[in-house]
Amino acid sequence: MATTTMTMAKALNEGLRRSLEKNKKVLLMGEDIGKLGGVFRITDGLQKDFGEDRVIDAPLAESAIVGTAVGLAIRGYRTIVEIQFDGFVYPAFDQIVSQVAKLHKRSDGVYNMGLVIRLPFQGGIGAIEHHSESPEPYFAQTAGLRVVSCSNANDAYWMIQQSIEHDDPIIFCEPMSRYWEKGEVDLENPAQGLFEAAVRREGRDVTVVGYGASVKTILRAAETAETEGVSIEVIDVRSLAPLDLDTIVRSVEKTGRLVAVQESPHSASVGSDIVSQVSERCFYSLQAPGLQVSGYHVPYPPTRLEDDYRPTVDRILDAVDRSMGF
Amino acid sequence: MIDDELVQLLSPEGQRVDQGDYQSTLSGDEIFGLYRDMVIIRRICNEGTSLQRQGQLALWAPIQGQEAAQIGAGRALGPTDFTFPTYREHGIAWCRGIPPVDWFRLFRAVSNGGWDPQHYRHSVPTVVLGNQALNAVGYAMGVQRDGADEAVVAFFGDGASSQGDVLESFVWAASFNCPVVFFLQNNQWAISEPSSLQAKIPLYHRAEGFGFPGVRVDGNDVLAVYEVTKRALENARAGAGPTLIEAFTYRMGAHTTSDDPTRYRVDAEVEVWKHRDPVERVKSLLVHEYKVKKTALNDVTAEAEAMALQVREDVLAMDRPDPITMFDHAYAAAHPLIDEGRREMIEMGISGGSH
Repeated sequence: MATTTMTMAKALNEGLRRSLEKNKKVLLMGEDIGKLGGVFRITDGLQKDFGEDRVIDAPLAESAIVGTAVGLAIRGYRTIVEIQFDGFVYPAFDQIVSQVAKLHKRSDGVYNMGLVIRLPFQGGIGAIEHHSESPEPYFAQTAGLRVVSCSNANDAYWMIQQSIEHDDPIIFCEPMSRYWEKGEVDLENPAQGLFEAAVRREGRDVTVVGYGASVKTILRAAETAETEGVSIEVIDVRSLAPLDLDTIVRSVEKTGRLVAVQESPHSASVGSDIVSQVSERCFYSLQAPGLQVSGYHVPYPPTRLEDDYRPTVDRILDAVDRSMGF
Repeated sequence: MIDDELVQLLSPEGQRVDQGDYQSTLSGDEIFGLYRDMVIIRRICNEGTSLQRQGQLALWAPIQGQEAAQIGAGRALGPTDFTFPTYREHGIAWCRGIPPVDWFRLFRAVSNGGWDPQHYRHSVPTVVLGNQALNAVGYAMGVQRDGADEAVVAFFGDGASSQGDVLESFVWAASFNCPVVFFLQNNQWAISEPSSLQAKIPLYHRAEGFGFPGVRVDGNDVLAVYEVTKRALENARAGAGPTLIEAFTYRMGAHTTSDDPTRYRVDAEVEVWKHRDPVERVKSLLVHEYKVKKTALNDVTAEAEAMALQVREDVLAMDRPDPITMFDHAYAAAHPLIDEGRREMIEMGISGGSH
């Protein structure tokens, strides 16, 4: 197994490079993604190597970035667009919901809407407003779309390539706060399918699920819990829509307890969907109701306060304690 | 003439107009063909209104008054050009060869599309105003990358011209010099709002601010619309970039069958536009210049009548689809929630589950 250590940012860059090499119809488009390589340098060097026609610096209009990717898809191109930050995706919301999600259906399957919308998301980078949000529930709720999130370098490398090869439109959520964390990347074989959840740590007592930046926080909580005698099974959800319920259900049937972690508010969220689905499927296995650890139901706070907004190890452990107390 | 900036080759009375920049290149037979197109499309669209009034359609969007704008543009298209319509482009659909019954699937509420857009090179209707302008520009970016000798047309109206997507599409088309033609039918009314609410300058002037040419054509003059569109398409294919065409026309009827225009516009205005009727002026030209016989004109009317009756028959035969078809093509690949929905529908006996 040939593995290499690299940051998640570099893994995404390498995944994009490989897709550009493999398929001449693959294009990248976004603001500042050319010479600059994107504000996070995810596309660093790609315009130099693949040219301005394939790595396109876009004028500053998100609806147009997505709306023209739709037209390119109709013409047979496969475009990966970069939305610079989570909070800037809303001007494109109309195109995503009205066209991206619906054109395959509206054309009776004639249009292939295979395109990827890369969305840096979640907080933890100390930014100003609109740069730390978790808009994934809006998209997870929309029929016609699929939503995935990577949490480490190996997944970033493979999931971006799998997303590009997939024939449905995909919202690809990248946790900004993990861009610079290093991990082992297997350059030869993908770990698993795009729409599968992953058990990151096995445990007996409580199943804790999360995605993106939350996965690492949950793993830290699991280490602490271990010292206190509580064994946590950690699941990286990876595919937020559709959910890989089989993997989650298998775990909860074993542990009897579920905690769902996310940075978005919990109302009408990915976490609330998981809790609801699991209570329907695991009713007789559950020892406690499914609980959630989420961002609060307020606009994302000024980031000097974000550590009190985002799920922390302490808040996760508190939920685990409450679950164990039932 | 409505104003001196307007390209017009045929006056409302059916007299040739000497317009320096453009000359009509069409033969008598070709003009007769455009006349036939307009008579047929008008008749079929009137059938649409009747069908809606009789409870056979959920809605209908009439085009009466805009026949010349649509037939002129539609007949100027090359076979490999690609078009992005709104829900009112029945004349373009006709020119693209789409069977009339297919235009009615959306309005019969049995489909959200209605035809194979790749086969006819005419996209499915866009109901969210202005979205299609960006999709058209994206398609044109693909044409550029393919090095193809093709042009793309985005259709929209004076109302949609205020949408951010349309204005963003102007920016992109200019920045990337896209082979796209923006065909704006200014029919003066966006439901109840006059075009003066959308723009304080003639709409075609907007193009200049974005860095490409704009032209206002008499949208009720099929000869002028044809020539102006043809040149814009040729320029696009030749790499000369986008053009905004403002077809200055008038919606003689309601916005849709749900609308009541008597609440917001005066009869006198409609009367003025009646004298600019797009079909009558071509008829006058055919009779006076080409000596077309009354029998030939009557034959067209009879043909249109027969087609409208056929449309009526086809629409009435258009059944409610099997509910399980709602799951078809929601996704391209397998999806657990689609499987779950299908299963539930079959278990509940709502569908036989033939799909």
